[in-house]
Amino acid sequence: MALTKEIVKERLLSQFAEQLTEWEEPFGMLTFRVPAELNLKVMQFLYDDDGLAFRFLTDLTAVHYPDRKEEELCVVYHLHSLGNNIRIRLKVYVPSEKPDVFTATQLFSGANWMERETYDFYGVNFIGHPNLTRILNVDEMDYFPMRKEYELEDPTRIDKDDEMFGR
Amino acid sequence: MSDIQPHQQHHIKLAEESLQKQSTTLNLGPTHPATHGVFQNIMEIDGEIVLETVPTIGYIHRAFEKIAERRPYYQITTLTDRLNYCSSPINNMGWHMTVEKLLGIKTPKRVDYLRIIVMELARIADHLVCNSVIAVDTGALTGFTYVFQWRELIYEIYEEICGSRLTTNMGRVGGFERNFTETAFAKIHKFLDTFPKVMKEFQALLDRNRIFMERCIGAGPISAERALNYSFTGPNLRAAGVDYDVRVATPYSSYEDFDFKIPVGSTGDVYDRYLVRNGEIWESYSIVKQALEKVEKMDKEFPEQKDVFYAQEADHFHLPPKEDVYTKMEALIYHFKIIMGEIDAPPGEVYHSVEGGNGELGYYLISDGGRTPYRLHFRRPCFIYYQAYPEMVKNGLLSDAVIALSSINVIAGELDA
Repeated sequence: MALTKEIVKERLLSQFAEQLTEWEEPFGMLTFRVPAELNLKVMQFLYDDDGLAFRFLTDLTAVHYPDRKEEELCVVYHLHSLGNNIRIRLKVYVPSEKPDVFTATQLFSGANWMERETYDFYGVNFIGHPNLTRILNVDEMDYFPMRKEYELEDPTRIDKDDEMFGR
Repeated sequence: MSDIQPHQQHHIKLAEESLQKQSTTLNLGPTHPATHGVFQNIMEIDGEIVLETVPTIGYIHRAFEKIAERRPYYQITTLTDRLNYCSSPINNMGWHMTVEKLLGIKTPKRVDYLRIIVMELARIADHLVCNSVIAVDTGALTGFTYVFQWRELIYEIYEEICGSRLTTNMGRVGGFERNFTETAFAKIHKFLDTFPKVMKEFQALLDRNRIFMERCIGAGPISAERALNYSFTGPNLRAAGVDYDVRVATPYSSYEDFDFKIPVGSTGDVYDRYLVRNGEIWESYSIVKQALEKVEKMDKEFPEQKDVFYAQEADHFHLPPKEDVYTKMEALIYHFKIIMGEIDAPPGEVYHSVEGGNGELGYYLISDGGRTPYRLHFRRPCFIYYQAYPEMVKNGLLSDAVIALSSINVIAGELDA
């Protein structure tokens, strides 16, 4: 029987029950939220199970939501089960004060640079990463530029202020 | 003079351990003729054997993802141009399709086929550069200068379609900015008529060339298992023997209407990557031919649809013709709104990927309902597979490391974003 999103969801719920929340399917991709301390366990389960076989990490990145208190940073994993051709999206929310997430490098070698990039731009601390240093920005940089508090243009500039369009 | 030890000479201060160690540290790059882009690799070599490599990247990082958070959707196309600049049209089309997915726009078949023509021509141009550069790095400049004349023909086609050559900014959300002209079709025909002969000559020059084979076979290999674990995609993954191709796995832009094969290799070394790319050039050639036939058949059967080059629902993103802007009120309003970037997109979260020249080029777009993306992340295949480079060249010759770098086709623009 071909694997479907419903079966993936069922299998995950039977294994982790109520711990996985916020199930969604935006544009057909199964999306759910994983508690920060469980991210590796869920991915390991998805990886090891021969029926599910989510063994390809498509993408790893983060999003900053400054308005969500105590869970400002969202780390997003895109996993792909190549044999079954199903993609899923895992979301892990962490506070920007203490952005600790377990590294996926033991599972996917490809996560190494993706996590370094995420650290570089958002400051997510991947616990257990072999070399969590900046990758695209200069080493001397002391802030995480993709966070929303860093505006692209100087907000104090008045010469470009436009009342009509509010920017 | 002769009794002075090297470490005592004038101002040269060498660390004690550097005098003791048996290996040499070699700084390859960031700008070296053999690296074809801004890549730095600090290598530890023993004679000619590479023991360890530490790549440094980010020399041309331009903060595209940050810039994209302030730009209206139509202005982000120019950022995608500058990712993999060897096949910009694929990046452009991938971005338009992502926005179309968010907006729920369904493009007409004619637009899909025109897009496929351009994307597959771009793939041919991308692979031609990569494969001929492998030959340059093994000492054969002839093939490179020869096939570049046909890459030039492809660039002339781009120029006819959109007005520019390298960073194309081609198409708009919903389709193309203008219809393909008669000249554009004539140029595509000219390319299709002359290219096979050239490609055959190019292959005759290298495919079974003893020197080329000796240089490439076994250089910079990676197994299928490791390649998958490193999230390889595209020709590099297929050269290792995995037949994953986004065009087949999740067809976009009506790729399901076409008949083509996915060439795969077995050993994942430089030679297999070269052969896979050559195979893909032929498949792309066949796809362009099929697409052109479909478009021409359609134009003959439904002459009233000859002017369809964008989806009607994409009106909010598609600039009206200039003469309408000057004469019609609504066209003027649309023109103003689009140019000022005052078109809001619905909130949503989209991941869309296309098969770029180097593999799965993904766009992860989060919209909060405003005029700009809330977050846009590019899944850049180069960035992801370049991290396997140290593993691929380890215990190989330094000269193999150079051709391994050109054969995985790392493009600095895509690597650094």
